[in-house]
Amino acid sequence: MLTKISVNPAPPLASAIETPGRLQPYYYRTDPMVIPQTYSPTSAQPFIHVENVSRQYRLSETVITAVNDVSLDIRAGEFLALLGSSGSGKSTFLNLLAGLDRPTSGAIHVGGRNLATIDSVELARYRRDTVGMVFQSFNLLPRMTLEENVELPLRLAEVDRSERAARVTEALEHVRLAARRHHRPSELSGGEQQRGALARALVNRPAILFADEPTGNLDSVNGEQILLLLREIQSTLGMTIIMVTHERPLAERFANRIAVLSDGRLVSDTAQTPDAENCVGAGPQPGQHSGAQP
Amino acid sequence: MKTRDLTELALRNLREAILRNSLTTLGVAVGVASLVAMLSLGVGLQTLASQRLNKSGLFDAVFVTSKRNMRGMNGEGPRPAASKTAKPEDAKPIDEAARQQFEKLPNVTEAYPQVRFLTEIRFNGASYSTNVLALPDSARASGTFDGIIGKAFSSPTAEEVILQMEFAKELSPQPASLVGQELTLRYPQRHETTSADLANEKDIDKQMDEMMSGGISIVSRDRKLRIAGIIDTDPSAGIGGFGGGRVFIPLRVAEDLHPAQPDDVREFVRAGGSRKPTYMALTVRVKSPKDVLKVEEAIKKMGYNTFSLLDATRNLRLVFTVFDLFLGLFGSLALTVASLGIINTLVMAILERRREIGVLKALGATDRDVSSLFFAEAGAMGLLGGIAGVTLGWLIGAALTWGTSIYLRRQDLPGVKISYVPWWLAAGAVTFAVVVSLLAGLYPAGRAARLNPVEALRYE
Repeated sequence: MLTKISVNPAPPLASAIETPGRLQPYYYRTDPMVIPQTYSPTSAQPFIHVENVSRQYRLSETVITAVNDVSLDIRAGEFLALLGSSGSGKSTFLNLLAGLDRPTSGAIHVGGRNLATIDSVELARYRRDTVGMVFQSFNLLPRMTLEENVELPLRLAEVDRSERAARVTEALEHVRLAARRHHRPSELSGGEQQRGALARALVNRPAILFADEPTGNLDSVNGEQILLLLREIQSTLGMTIIMVTHERPLAERFANRIAVLSDGRLVSDTAQTPDAENCVGAGPQPGQHSGAQP
Repeated sequence: MKTRDLTELALRNLREAILRNSLTTLGVAVGVASLVAMLSLGVGLQTLASQRLNKSGLFDAVFVTSKRNMRGMNGEGPRPAASKTAKPEDAKPIDEAARQQFEKLPNVTEAYPQVRFLTEIRFNGASYSTNVLALPDSARASGTFDGIIGKAFSSPTAEEVILQMEFAKELSPQPASLVGQELTLRYPQRHETTSADLANEKDIDKQMDEMMSGGISIVSRDRKLRIAGIIDTDPSAGIGGFGGGRVFIPLRVAEDLHPAQPDDVREFVRAGGSRKPTYMALTVRVKSPKDVLKVEEAIKKMGYNTFSLLDATRNLRLVFTVFDLFLGLFGSLALTVASLGIINTLVMAILERRREIGVLKALGATDRDVSSLFFAEAGAMGLLGGIAGVTLGWLIGAALTWGTSIYLRRQDLPGVKISYVPWWLAAGAVTFAVVVSLLAGLYPAGRAARLNPVEALRYE
């Protein structure tokens, strides 16, 4: 039986950072279309259950297997880093988990629902309500201001206008960009753009945050700031984070689990204690911008 | 996505590529303008023709004659359908009682007699023979007096005449100077002799003559009337009358004159002398041309001959419908070209915004959200182009009317409004523009909706 569970009430993101550990994480907001009531964060069931997933592409006569028979369980609140060299299939695998693509075979159960079999409307709803996405190239819409970019998922989710401004402010404050809300992406530095993209991913209060090479286009300082923010979100709000990266040192510093893909296969899956366990809250402070020029 | 958000996003997208979208919208506007200008010309010409024909009172009128009548006096009137059953002598006369009956029929606005008589006009010591035609008060509303020099009758009982231009020129080389002057109407009056008149008549021969004539005599009378105006057209021309009316007076004034009608003599001969006045014919005016058939049938059942130009109206409409259809087709060609512009603009937009579509889908936009966004942009271009096009089309029509009027005035002809944009044409053109734009948006919207988000996000 599917029942909508609402969080009561959702704590503001900013205050969650100020008082970590005392707040009820909001990310268990469930959607009747996606997450059945039977799932709970303390359940023995994994939040994401990947079973023999393959993804093949056909290029004229050639069949390319980007993801090859991968099985994986991810528990709620984990920070999983997907490592692998270029062409190892990690981004393809991430796209499958994020509902942007469908597997050729196998099943991806998120909260008990199989993403491989739900229809395209339900899949879109899953992306809208359960998933937040951060991309390597930020993908903020250049014609919109930062505020409008962050508001976009709320428009798609048909959130009341009266509620939107507060939600946008909350998300922007969380990434310390409230002061730049009226700027267009071209007026922001790379680090700020990625933080803006993070705010957009968080504004709909997703259960899972997917990050595809979030530091790929950033210098080391800004890259570290972004990962500190991700780690902060994961540790304070208990959000499940799945990040694709090819930088093992970063993964080891921030993720608490590392899965390695090679030629589309999962070759290792290791739990670890991140080096930056004590770095929560060490991100940039409000009003502090990165040194990079827009 | 909610409609308001969709509209906001669509308008924002249109604003961002303002030059290209403005040019596309201008293309739609030119297409709609061409359509509106063409059709407004068709409607204007149709209206003009209808107005001119309505002045003759032909299309919303049923002409009623008695089955006793064979034909109009000088052969110009309608030929009544021959009755196979009723003998002419049994047929009902058209008198005041019949007129009142006709007026009570549904959808009949008025029934008035055709009062025409020969007269002699006396003006400035000269006399002129001509025909007088009585006009009902409704003639004012039907545009009979459009373009009049002077004024129409000041009231239904005004002792005034209106002259036809050709006749006015006979009276004076400067017809306009006649307005306000008086003329004398010498006419034959039907005089009914009462028993008191007979008793008072001393001359026994005259008394015998009057008794033998059935109590009716025709005497010559004079009536002074003021010239109120001069008109170019001849409202007496056409079916249902004898034509050639050159002097017009109000119907109620004419009835008050009791002029001898051509029918009086015939009725007198037929009935061996009757005191009851009858009419040659009645004009029964109906609310709209579509009521003509029903009223005509009702009057026929009452035992009278009828005639209307219903078939002529139908043919006229058919001709103008075909004319409008062709004008509309030519006008639509430009709009078709404009719709190709919309397709081109939106397909270009898809290429440019491929990555944006990918982002929208990654954020949870459904295929329908994406296609709706492109539809909204196409619809907005259609709506804006439609409104601008109707305005432009109206301006083109107004310019055509203006130019035509100048040309006609140079030819000493009155100006006419040849272009007319009724509300239904304006609303229809805007709706058509939106529909065409949405159809043009079908392909781009479908293509955008089908984009694979992963491929779209990879697009540089």
